Amino acid sequence: MAAENVQTFTDGNFEASVLKVGGPVLVDFWAEWCGPCKRLAPTVDALALDYGGKVTIGKLNVDENPYTTVKFNVRGIPALLLFKGGLVVDQVVGLMPKEDIKKVIDKYL
Amino acid sequence: MIRNVIIIGSGPAGLTAALYTARANMQPLVIEGLEAGGQLMLTTLVENYPGYREGIMGPDLIADMRVQAEKFGAEIIQSQVTAVELCALPLVVRTAEAEFRARTVIIATGASARLLGLPSERTLMGHGVSTCATCDGYFFRGQEIAVVGGGDSAMEEALFLTKFATKVTVVHRRGTLRASKIMQDKARANAKIEWRLNAEVDQINDTTAGEVTSMMLRDVNTGARTELPVSGVFVAIGHTPNTSLFHGQIEMDANGYLLTHDGAKTSVPGVFACGDVQDHVYRQAITAAGTGCMAALDAERYLDGLPEHLQTA
Repeated sequence: MAAENVQTFTDGNFEASVLKVGGPVLVDFWAEWCGPCKRLAPTVDALALDYGGKVTIGKLNVDENPYTTVKFNVRGIPALLLFKGGLVVDQVVGLMPKEDIKKVIDKYL
Repeated sequence: MIRNVIIIGSGPAGLTAALYTARANMQPLVIEGLEAGGQLMLTTLVENYPGYREGIMGPDLIADMRVQAEKFGAEIIQSQVTAVELCALPLVVRTAEAEFRARTVIIATGASARLLGLPSERTLMGHGVSTCATCDGYFFRGQEIAVVGGGDSAMEEALFLTKFATKVTVVHRRGTLRASKIMQDKARANAKIEWRLNAEVDQINDTTAGEVTSMMLRDVNTGARTELPVSGVFVAIGHTPNTSLFHGQIEMDANGYLLTHDGAKTSVPGVFACGDVQDHVYRQAITAAGTGCMAALDAERYLDGLPEHLQTA
């Protein structure tokens, strides 16, 4: 039940929707079988509401998008990777409270 | 509004306490916490929870417990407790968003995976180092990996990981395993599992490359150092109780576990503890549920014994 302003990233659109975007982009790497990922989903939805317009936020399913998952060496989920100017500038691995994730994002605004 | 009971934590202990206090008409509020559902959310098939002849998946067991508690009126909110004040009535429980007041508090915050404490472990977390086989085993298909630890959780993780990895080396710093016989036998019978006992992890490589390439092991008897090439390291060396909120307010043992007496009572009147936060011995879903029931009944009796004016304020 992703919020409307949470995008869906794929191997196909990653270049255009994440790497070529000027402002910060938060990507939630997840999978259907990952319990903690499901716990994190409402937090990601809430972040998308809080940062509407300022930070692009979306999810990438690691099962369906192996190319991007391997390219950024994601080997543990949930993982939130923060991109800016096409590069990974920060990351949060595992479950974290919303306030802590905001502190990471706010460094790049 | 002063609530009858606030339950902190939503694993088997917290949800059983919620079920019993809800049925006792205490209208419990459960604050589920960051790792909602607790350690069962990270397990696969649970074969030793009585009543499930074919076993049940850990997350499904938790889902059933939640629904059952909610059916009787338990209110469960997704939030984390940031502070408590337990020195006077009403007891105060704070989250980032709100402040709650209650006559009793049941602590069921459980325990979280312990780490080795190496700087390289922290750097490589999510890039080959993991504490959750069910979450991350998928990324190691066809590779050689290691599990650090000698207890039941380490055996379970190693066995689970053989579904993906070609070889799983169990690294343990003692010469004997702490795991139960049935789990040891299962692991020893698995041809994909190899053993490095009496070995301590010195370092995980390669932090420069940002991925796990090998680990340096030190033989605890001879001091000899060897390199074990692996692309993943799963840390399963036990747990630490989640009690940082309660330091200085509730008595705990040297390892931070809450001390209970006469059932589920803590050193603070009206505050009860259940599950792994007060148990470093049994640590089972069923014992957590059992002590959750005890905490609920103790809280109900305590509430009944409060002076009339405090019961209805």
